[in-house]
Amino acid sequence: MGEAFILDAVRTPRGKGKRGALHPVKPVELAATTLRALAARNELDTSSVDDVVLGCVTPIGEQGADIARTAVLAAGWATEPAGVQINRFCASGLEAVNLAAAKVAAGFEDLVVAGGVESMSRVQMGSDGGAWFGDPDLNLRTGFVPQGISADLIATLDGYTRFGIDAYAVRSHQRAAVARDAGYFERSLVPVHDRIGAVLLKEDENIRPDTSPESLANLKPSFAAMGEAGFDTVAIDRYPTVERIEHVHTAGNSSAIVDGAAAMLLGSAEGAKWAGLKPRARIVTTAVVGTEPTIMLTGPAPAARKALARAGMTVDDIDLFEVNEAFAAVVLRFLRETGVSEDRVNVNGGAIAMGHPLGATGCILVNTLLDELERRDLRTGLATLCVGGGMGIATIIERV
Amino acid sequence: MSDGIFRWEQDGDGVVTLTMDAPGRSANTLDTPFREAFAETVARLEAERDDIRGVIITSAKKTFLAGADLDELLAVTDEHVARLAAEVDQFKDLLRRLETLGRPVVAAINGAALGGGFELALACHRRIVVDAPGVQVGLPEVMLGLLPAGGGVTRYVRLLGLGAALPLLGEGTRLKPQRALETGLVHELAENIEDVLDRAREWILANPNAIQPWDAPGYTIPGGDLSNPFVQQLIIAAPAMLRKRTHRTLPAPERILSAAVEGAAVDIETAQRIETQYFADLVTGQVAKNMITTFWFQMNDVNAGRSRPEGVAPRRAKKVGVLGAGMMGHGIAQVTARAGIEVVLKDVSAEVAERGKQKIAADLDKAVARGRLTPDARDEVLARITPTGDDAELAGCDLVIEAVPEIRDLKYKVLAVAEEHAAEDAFVTSNTSTLPITGLAGAVRRPERFCGLHFFSPVPRMPLVEIIRGKESGDEALAAAFDYVRQIKKTPIVVNDGRGFFTSRVFRTYALEGIAMVAEGVSPALVENQSRLAGCPVGPLAVSDEVSLTLMWDVYEQTRVDLEAEGQELPPHSAYAVIDLMANELKRVGRAGGAGFYDYPADGPKRIWPGLLERFHRPELDVDGQELRDRLLFVQALETVRCVEDGILTSTADANIGSIMGIGFPPWTGGALQFLNGYGLDKAVARAGELAARHGERFEPPALLREHAANAQPF
Repeated sequence: MGEAFILDAVRTPRGKGKRGALHPVKPVELAATTLRALAARNELDTSSVDDVVLGCVTPIGEQGADIARTAVLAAGWATEPAGVQINRFCASGLEAVNLAAAKVAAGFEDLVVAGGVESMSRVQMGSDGGAWFGDPDLNLRTGFVPQGISADLIATLDGYTRFGIDAYAVRSHQRAAVARDAGYFERSLVPVHDRIGAVLLKEDENIRPDTSPESLANLKPSFAAMGEAGFDTVAIDRYPTVERIEHVHTAGNSSAIVDGAAAMLLGSAEGAKWAGLKPRARIVTTAVVGTEPTIMLTGPAPAARKALARAGMTVDDIDLFEVNEAFAAVVLRFLRETGVSEDRVNVNGGAIAMGHPLGATGCILVNTLLDELERRDLRTGLATLCVGGGMGIATIIERV
Repeated sequence: MSDGIFRWEQDGDGVVTLTMDAPGRSANTLDTPFREAFAETVARLEAERDDIRGVIITSAKKTFLAGADLDELLAVTDEHVARLAAEVDQFKDLLRRLETLGRPVVAAINGAALGGGFELALACHRRIVVDAPGVQVGLPEVMLGLLPAGGGVTRYVRLLGLGAALPLLGEGTRLKPQRALETGLVHELAENIEDVLDRAREWILANPNAIQPWDAPGYTIPGGDLSNPFVQQLIIAAPAMLRKRTHRTLPAPERILSAAVEGAAVDIETAQRIETQYFADLVTGQVAKNMITTFWFQMNDVNAGRSRPEGVAPRRAKKVGVLGAGMMGHGIAQVTARAGIEVVLKDVSAEVAERGKQKIAADLDKAVARGRLTPDARDEVLARITPTGDDAELAGCDLVIEAVPEIRDLKYKVLAVAEEHAAEDAFVTSNTSTLPITGLAGAVRRPERFCGLHFFSPVPRMPLVEIIRGKESGDEALAAAFDYVRQIKKTPIVVNDGRGFFTSRVFRTYALEGIAMVAEGVSPALVENQSRLAGCPVGPLAVSDEVSLTLMWDVYEQTRVDLEAEGQELPPHSAYAVIDLMANELKRVGRAGGAGFYDYPADGPKRIWPGLLERFHRPELDVDGQELRDRLLFVQALETVRCVEDGILTSTADANIGSIMGIGFPPWTGGALQFLNGYGLDKAVARAGELAARHGERFEPPALLREHAANAQPF
């Protein structure tokens, strides 16, 4: 099998929901923005790109009907690149990277763009329906709960307190603020413009450096009411050693709902040569796992273990980790399960501070990871996310 | 031709009145002959359509039409489920042909129309109901573990929308005419059947082109279809809300939910096929068989008085003396007065008795606030209750119910005095839950007119009363007690005297088993949660706290002393040491004391006392949830069998109904004895043997169970 290299990667800043700067921007335009930037700064002959794989988790309405191909057309690229939209829930952006890498490594294609897009302010999460929660028969048999209940279940089982959860969230904001102010995100960030060329947004909009344990402590638990309606019972029926679900997650210690897009150019050695680009890193291994669906969000550690095992590595061989901050408890569970120290994980903050544009986040994590490995001149990184339906995904990269 | 079920009369306007009147039966039932006659009738309507202006369907019986023949349904097994499904579909096709006849069809509902009977009415274009007491409409199939498969789920959804239909279907709601009108299930109320028929004719003549709403062009499901965001939210949450109620022990409400939601996605014919599929799933399952057996056949037997002594004239209590105005006493006074009976509420002083009456007033005020009782009705109920501290006020009482604290001497004293003051032919009863009735009978001069009348707490909410026959209790006393229990609209079971009678004796095994698990090192939360997963409404630790650990300890001590006096020994049980520690050493006596297995913080819900984990929990234990659930159910079922062996119980119906309504045995089982039938008697013997080997002789299968298993004879 051949190798798949990361040639370059970009992302938009993440805009903050309905009152945020990116709300006026159509999702296809967000995706097109990243494609245009990728082509422009690499002087890419876009006709040499075989495919564009974009993650998108709510692919209906203006995100529907294969937004990847639509974005290729919207970006004014050559007609040759195809486009495919994929959905592995929150892992879609990383799945796009892995799939693109697999196509390249298999030798079937030489230049593939991977990425993702989600305008959560414009297309409501969950509005595409689905049998898991929409079909009562299946819902009952498989113990469906909303993800916030799963996160609170993890916190309850592991004994993470509201204080500990909030403290983690504060660190996410602090780290993100430091990174933003020091320009650590600049290599990947591309600004989003309006139709007359004015900059709408050039930095992540949701970071609040003044976030404190006190300010977070005032927030109400987000999932107590739905728990009371019956979802706590679903969780407890599945985990009957739990007396009561502690609802510790709030809007302040869960990932923010934002808009954003990302794109990464992957290629074979040949592809890199044609494009005249120097590979920045190689994809070492990738892994996905299925885990128990009610607790749902415990996939990162097993996925990481699987990817490490395939690579013949251990966590000690990894310099930096990006673990998606879907909820604070997800990261804390990963730290506990792997024994990895927090100073190697999400060193520039994460989705609690900057937001989680569902389809794009996975790709953003790899961008951020690679930028930071380069900045620190380190070698290996692992990106991982928990995934709806009880899945996990992980990707290991190595600078070349 | 199965002539005679449908009487066909056509008037000068061309309106056909079909009067359902099954020959030689007191009610019309949706059985095979009915379905055949209905098929012929529909065919004739179609054949003579050109000469027909409209159709009225009514009944010559007291009720409109009852549901399916449950004997037929009980017999359905997997082998002939396909045939049953075909029959169900055929019936639905007939209803569909009726509502698409092209002529207005009116259901003239003269009496109760429940289940299949109301499904026929739903296939009519208009439903006009006599607004009289006792008339109810609705689809209560879920109460018997079934779903309304005569198009009921499908038409409720299309008539009311998912949001309104799901609770009515899932809870099996029966509606009085006024509420049915407000809900939109019926169109008009009328004073009497003549009025109904007049209105029906009038409506037919005015609406020659009537069609069902769902057959009209542009029809959408009220409240929105599955693409509506509010409906989607409802559907996502509905399974969780249901699980909170059932913990997945009851399949019927789940299948109803699925049939309703899946049916809303497709056309009416396809929806009806989906409904049949889920019905077939339920009707072949053990839970429906359990529930039909117990909640229909055995419940009817109980209410019909099968445990009431024969040959004793019915008797209505007119004035009841209640001794003791505490929690049980004022509860009994309340339910008695609400049944229209005069009550003398006697305690040590008029003040104490008045305090009991105030509690009744407060409870009734809540009912008024919720709109369940009019202020006038409340005042009438309260006016029937005379609080007093004077025994002389008991004069004229034809029934006395003693409800003073469980102290034998005290009970002796008040019973003797009350008998003296009450009417000469009064029956005297005791609401004791622990003291043998035969012994208490020594307090009264006429023990043949004395028996036990064991209420459950809280009295207004608990539907069961356990009547206890002491050695000397006469048939007249039992009959009078039975009639009184029916008069206050509760369900009576009749048992013989013995330690703990039936309900307390079996209930105790449940509480002790849960506590034993804690003693073994099982996490207390797991014990409580597994009991709920087994279908029990309250966990064994929570319920022990309610009962009070002091009381449990006292009963243990009393039992031990009594047995020693008889030269016997109480079998060892690991729960006793825990109760001793909690009640005697730690003084954590239960909810009343503010601390027990749970802490009861003033500012929040109760929490399991952390000290319980520290003292007993062994996290390294490999606990099998099924084993815990089996222990909690088997320990009660086996003790129930022993109650039959000991002659405490003489009726399977009383055992099943009593276990569910009195002590919270899970409804899906059909009761403590039906649980064993449903489990399979041979398998139950084997499983009990396994549990006995691991957990002690209390699980040893009793001889009577082995005998029933050997003879393949269900309880």
